Amino acid sequence: MTEMTLVEAINLALGRAMEDDPAVVVLGEDIGVDGGVFRATVGLQKRFGSERVLDTPLAELLIGGLCVGMAAQGLKPVGEIQFMGFIYPCLDQLVNHASRMRNRTRGRLTCPMVLRTPHGAGIRAPEHHSESTEAMLAHIPGLRVVMPSSPERAYGLLLAAVRDPDPVVFLEPTRLYRAAKGEVEDNGEALPLDRAFVLREGRDVTLISWGAVLKETMAAADALSAEGIAAEVIDLATLKPYDENTVLSSVAKTGRCVIVHEAARTGGFGAEIAATIAERGLSSLLAPVTRVSGYDTVIPMARLEQHYMPSVERITTATRKVCQFS
Amino acid sequence: MIARFEVRRRDYLAPDGSANRPLPAFATDAKLLVGLYRAMVLLRHFDRKAVALQRTGRLGTYAVSLGQEAVSVGMASAMQEEDVLVPSYRDNGALIWRGVKLEEILLFWGGDERGNDFSGPVHDFPFCVPVGSQAPHAAGVAYALKLRKEPRVAVCMFGDGATSKGDVYEAMNFAGAHKLPIVFVAVNNQWAISVPLRLQTGAETLAQKAIAAGFTGEQVDGNDVVALRAAAAEAIAAARGGKGPRFIEAVTYRLGDHTTSDDASRYRSAEEVQAHWKQEPIARLRSYLVRQKMWSKADEEQLAAECHERIEAAVERYLATPPRRPETMFDHLYADLPEAYAVQRRELSGEHDD
Ligand SMILES: Cc1ncc(C[n+]2csc(CCOP(=O)(O)OP(=O)(O)O)c2C)c(N)n1
Repeated sequence: MTEMTLVEAINLALGRAMEDDPAVVVLGEDIGVDGGVFRATVGLQKRFGSERVLDTPLAELLIGGLCVGMAAQGLKPVGEIQFMGFIYPCLDQLVNHASRMRNRTRGRLTCPMVLRTPHGAGIRAPEHHSESTEAMLAHIPGLRVVMPSSPERAYGLLLAAVRDPDPVVFLEPTRLYRAAKGEVEDNGEALPLDRAFVLREGRDVTLISWGAVLKETMAAADALSAEGIAAEVIDLATLKPYDENTVLSSVAKTGRCVIVHEAARTGGFGAEIAATIAERGLSSLLAPVTRVSGYDTVIPMARLEQHYMPSVERITTATRKVCQFS
Repeated sequence: MIARFEVRRRDYLAPDGSANRPLPAFATDAKLLVGLYRAMVLLRHFDRKAVALQRTGRLGTYAVSLGQEAVSVGMASAMQEEDVLVPSYRDNGALIWRGVKLEEILLFWGGDERGNDFSGPVHDFPFCVPVGSQAPHAAGVAYALKLRKEPRVAVCMFGDGATSKGDVYEAMNFAGAHKLPIVFVAVNNQWAISVPLRLQTGAETLAQKAIAAGFTGEQVDGNDVVALRAAAAEAIAAARGGKGPRFIEAVTYRLGDHTTSDDASRYRSAEEVQAHWKQEPIARLRSYLVRQKMWSKADEEQLAAECHERIEAAVERYLATPPRRPETMFDHLYADLPEAYAVQRRELSGEHDD
């Protein structure tokens, strides 16, 4: 086991996936010689050559479309979109082709591809570099949307994504690339997709989150436990399809739920979870399901972004309120 | 002056079926030439039947190839089975040439995905509806072929309207940069629904768009199946031989409506259409074949009867295809259906969890 950052774990998983399967091809802007703007692909081109680690022209639609064509021909492409704000030109490819190739050909052609992109705010980046529009992607039938929140899960889930027979969008929390550190063993073992991870058990309230803001969510759980509130913390990890059972059984135990996400509130993925609980877990609820989220604003640039993102304080305040509800 | 480019135009058969110049060697093979003719005639009969089915509520929206038969057939006839066709929605003729059954095409336009699980080459792409979005797929395919050093070629077809999209240029640009084994075919039928070519681009030819991507573009008389097959064979051979991509602009004309839900008389004159009927590919090749004594009136009558029989049998099989059960919409959503959606599948099939 070696201690490493989340981005190093991504790099490790990519190297392992390429080593294990000669069909794996990595492509994107600046991912070759430069190793990617976040260094996620550093060293791979030296190891595997410029045909399998391919610097593409600056064209996001093309990256998505190339992945579809390669995948239909039996390669396993792992495309990188440099920042989530630039994923939109290739939405056409994700919605109209990648996610439905299996369906529209009744399984004759499939699309086992991964599209990786940094996700979320908090790195004081320029405009358009801090998007968290995961709900939009999670709305698309036939896609998988995965988001790790620790180096260990980044490694295991990325391996799973590459091996998955269907298209996966892999959202990497930018803020955690270097901030999150942990022990990772390069054992080639994947973690399960479509499963939530219970990071911490508790009886009083369920906190559900994903991606970078799990950091604040965990810190909030610590603070609350000092006040005698035992919070269960769930890392959703796969948003599409999401693990309803883990969510529902936790809420059945605690009777209370706070959903924390960085994305804007309206139509955010928190709404989906709240709706599921309302439909299938209402009888166990002791308080309204509550969301702590980004605001319905454009994500502000550096000077205001910390006010946009859910803070430990916003999470603890909301959770206390839920716990006092009667 | 640091660079100068030229765009060539290729044709062999004049509209009256006479040869402008000596035909390529393959054209002396009567069987081959007659084969191309038969495929074009079959497509025309098939289109007519498909429209009739649509008009009587037995088929959904359908895109006819009327006037463009030479492009589909000419291109497909130069491909090997192992090459990969990446078509648009109007390339029925190419699919049929490659072994897709008529009833499968009807099934697709009749609203059943099983039509795309066709018996043509298993790696060929299905019809593509979002205009031009198939071009990057073809580039991805060609990249895979090159990476694995397979002597196979991707052939990507799209309309003149599609050339206005970044998708097509992005794919061409990438293919040029990597010298991929790919042939791009712009089927310039001069109309993208109601928008004429002159509003689609300020460029004099579509073929010249290849120059910006670093390879050769040529214009071909898209109503001359001999020219198309020759251009296709050359481009495919070059691509197979590692010489990189080519671009073919096939200049033809859509004699019919855009689809069965369109009325082309709203945006173009009967005179214009009438003038183009004098150029159309089937009569042209027939005149040539008759002049060369490769074809007769009796042959024509027999072919019509054969087409009729084949199409009617296919229509019967199409109409007799039992519908899928509703819950099969979940069957190919993912390789293994996630539990969350298995619940929805059971809901649709009438079983309930609670
Ligand atoms: C991306 C996209 N935009 C719009 C449409 C609607 N549409 C269908 S066909 C068409 C015209 C396409 O013209 P062209 O590319 O010249 O091909 P043709 O139909 O003439 O074969 C349009 C606008 C579509 N299918 N896809």
